[in-house]
Order: sequence, then structure tokens, then C-alpha cells
Amino acid sequence: MRPEPVLLAALLALPGTEVPRQLSGTGLYQKVAGLVVDPANRPYAPQYPLWSDGADKARWCFLPPGRTIDASRPEAWVFPVGTRFWKEFSFNGRRVETRMLWHSSRNTWTYAAYLWRPDQTDADLVAEAGGDSAAEIAPGRTHRIPSQQDCLACHGNGGPQVLGFTALQLSDDRDPLAPHAEPLRPGMATLATLERDGLVTPARRQWIDQPPRIQAERPRTRAALGYLSANCGNCHQAEQPIPGVALILRQPVGLASLIDLPTHGEVPGWAGRTRAIVPGAPEGSLILHRMGTRSPYTRMPPMASELVDTQAVELLRAWISQDLGP
Amino acid sequence: MNAPVRGLVGLLLVWPHSAAAPARDRIRRGEYLVDIMGCNHCHTPRRQGPHGPEPDPSLLLSGHPAAQPVSPGPGLQGPWVWAASRTNTAFAGPWGVSFAANLTSDRETGMGGWTDADFKAMARRGKHLGRGRDILPPMPWISLRDASDGDLEAILAYLKSTRPIRNRVPDAVEPGRP
Repeated sequence: MRPEPVLLAALLALPGTEVPRQLSGTGLYQKVAGLVVDPANRPYAPQYPLWSDGADKARWCFLPPGRTIDASRPEAWVFPVGTRFWKEFSFNGRRVETRMLWHSSRNTWTYAAYLWRPDQTDADLVAEAGGDSAAEIAPGRTHRIPSQQDCLACHGNGGPQVLGFTALQLSDDRDPLAPHAEPLRPGMATLATLERDGLVTPARRQWIDQPPRIQAERPRTRAALGYLSANCGNCHQAEQPIPGVALILRQPVGLASLIDLPTHGEVPGWAGRTRAIVPGAPEGSLILHRMGTRSPYTRMPPMASELVDTQAVELLRAWISQDLGP
Repeated sequence: MNAPVRGLVGLLLVWPHSAAAPARDRIRRGEYLVDIMGCNHCHTPRRQGPHGPEPDPSLLLSGHPAAQPVSPGPGLQGPWVWAASRTNTAFAGPWGVSFAANLTSDRETGMGGWTDADFKAMARRGKHLGRGRDILPPMPWISLRDASDGDLEAILAYLKSTRPIRNRVPDAVEPGRP
């Protein structure tokens, strides 16, 4: 049987360290015509998605046949060499960008971003410096393709390189209040399917019986902590904390550690003491101020987003004022 | 004392010196690199001396003095694009106003809490604190980008050996903001 040209290209490209020039060469698709995804690539959706300016996203994971994920540390899984992840970004119903994270050798994760062609037939590798796409995400604002250094700023902080494929993110106990949560569709990988398929070691039956969830007294607290962990906790984490910044947001983190935490930034116009979170006072909470601005030097996150996540800002505002208030 | 015991005693006497020597060498190397790369030009505030502005050794590498607010940058015209404050630690240009960082070993406001990984991330990526916004002009971080791991480790070792000066440098100011 004559192989499909695209499959041949994938076979030629992937064993080496060269990054394929076209997305079609990465092994994502079984057939490029019609963009039929290879069934070996498992779709999935993290329960707390990263805010990406309202993009519609699709994600897939490829695990080399016969290999498993070392899940000894639930939030720092170790993937076998050859693992690949893809994340596709669409705006206004059109594919704009697909990113690939490829465990290309024992100590290397390779990052690649592909910009979709206007005819939507394939996507081409973007230079390391990244660049602007033509996709308008708001009047006068376009989606930006991150540079390799931008990728590393979140993925290369000494912790796990894969951020959205963890026990908490794949838990079948989904948070109904998680902002921008995507519904689980049939065929999606979850913690339970990975466990049942024997793809994680050591086996953990409790991941099926008692899926992980953020422990919180109130539903809104659970959602707020989950959002902060997924969107902020990749930099604000304990394993390699930001020098001089005590804020730790990656789960598991106790709510108490966030309350009344001193900061060295200030909220303009707030007469009281600025804190990361001031219970009952969202107007004095630096986290909310940073989330709500796109000032280039004080915004959070500092990259990978051009628009304020208003849904999340409202969630945190309500949480701080109503759930944490006096 | 028999020969093996004498040898062991000798080894113990030499050991602390041997272990400390590489660390001292690394710090000296770092100091040399900081000197020849001119880090002090912007990170050590200048004062007025008899021959004009000169680095203030009492504020070595402590960055823009927090107690010294700066007004909005001047509106420059013609070929002039950027300006520096009297201390040569605050810089106004199309990027707004940027401030030289505190590079002393102070743990809270300087480099005392930095790890080699943090410092390399900053140097290689050009990101504030290694993972924040882009580092602003006029910091020539690109000159650091291709430095060897050993040189970057030496620079940080030297900075962490300096006298700590507590000085929380202000956040950068975006263009058009007071």
C-alpha cells in the first residue's frame, strides 16, 4: 500500500530533531484533505483552560504506543520520549494557529508554532521570534504568535513542561463554575480513561473513584483557585518561585497563604494597604488590578493575551467581595 | 603520628581552602565581568563630583534610588530619542520610563533570592525576572544572551556577594503615564 504523502513526511521528519515545516508533517492528521485527525491522537480539554483572548481551542495528545506516563507526582507527570501535544486556536470560526509541544529527546521538549494559511489547508512553521497573525480578536487588535522565549517563560520554569495535562486538569470531577470551561465530548481523554487504558503508572484506582478536585468550602472559591492555578500558577509557583515575589498560585495552595499577602506593587487610587488579595475589597486587591489592565508593564499575565478576561475578573471580584468579605 | 594519619590531617587542613577557592574564583570572575561589561554605568547611581557625575560607591549596584522620584520624561525633538536622569538610573524614551534594577545581594529588593536558573532565564529570554514582561531599554540584555553558563553563574555569584542595599526600584512607567 502506498503511504499517504503526509504520513511519509511525518515518518521522515519526526525521528530526527528537525521540526517539520508544515503542521501536516507533525503527525497530527491521518489525512490532510479534510483535516482528519489521526485517531492515535487523543483529544482532551483541561477543566481550567488558559485564557487565550476568547479563542476556540482544540487539543490532542499523542503517546508512543506501548509507553506510559509516569504519574508518580500527580501534578508533575513525566512523559515518554516521542510524546506530542497540539493546541489549535481558532477565532471567528477560522483556524489561526496550532502549537506543538514535542518531547523530542530525553532532555528536550521542542516548541513549534504553525500559522494557518488563508485557505485553511495547512499551517506553516513560524520563526522563533513569533509574530502577528492576521486574525482580528478585537477592533484593531490581532492575535499574536508567541516567540520561543515567550513559550519558555511559562513552560520552562523548572517544573513540568506540559501545563494543561495533569491530574487536576483532566479530572472527571469537573468544576461547573470554571471560566471558559469546555464540555467533555465523547472520545476525550480524561483521568479515568487514561487510568482505564493503563496509560499512567503507577495505577491509581482512586483517580476513578475519587477524582481530584480543589478543596474549598464554597463553589466560587474552588473556581477562583482553579482559574488562578491554571492561568497564573505556572510562573507563581513554589518549586521555582519568582525572586522577591512571595505569591504562590499553583495548586495545591492554601487559601490562607493568599490572604493579606504583602506586595511591592500598588493599586492606583487605593488609599489602604495594597495586598495581593484584600478580603472584601476587590478595589485594593493587586491580583484583580493586574488582571484587569493591559498596561504593558503591569498587566497579568505579561504575555500570551491581548484582552482582559472579563469573565474571570468578575468571578474574582465576586469571590473577593462576597466570599472573602467580612 | 603515622603516615596515614598525617595524610588525613593534611587533607582536612587543605579541604576547606580547596572547597572555597573555586567559589572565590567564581566571584572574582563575576566581578571582572561586571566591571568590563559596564553594569555599574547604569546600576550604580551617580553623584556630582568635582569632575562631573561619578558613581557613588556607597550605593554600588543598588539601582535607581526609590526615594528619588522622577518627573515624566522630557518631550524630545529632532534626532533625540531618549534621556537619562542625573543619577543615570532612570531612562525616558518611546518605551516610557525605565529604572535600573537593584543588583545588590539584598534578598527582598535585590538579587539575594535569585537562583542560577532565574538569572539564566532573564539573560537568555530577555524577560523581567526571567518570566515577566520584556526587559526594557536601555538594558543591553542581548549582550548577556550568549554568555556561557559559567560566566552567568559567576556574575550572579559576584552580585550575591555584594553588600546588600535595601532599595525597591519603582515599576516601569508606560508611555503617556505621569
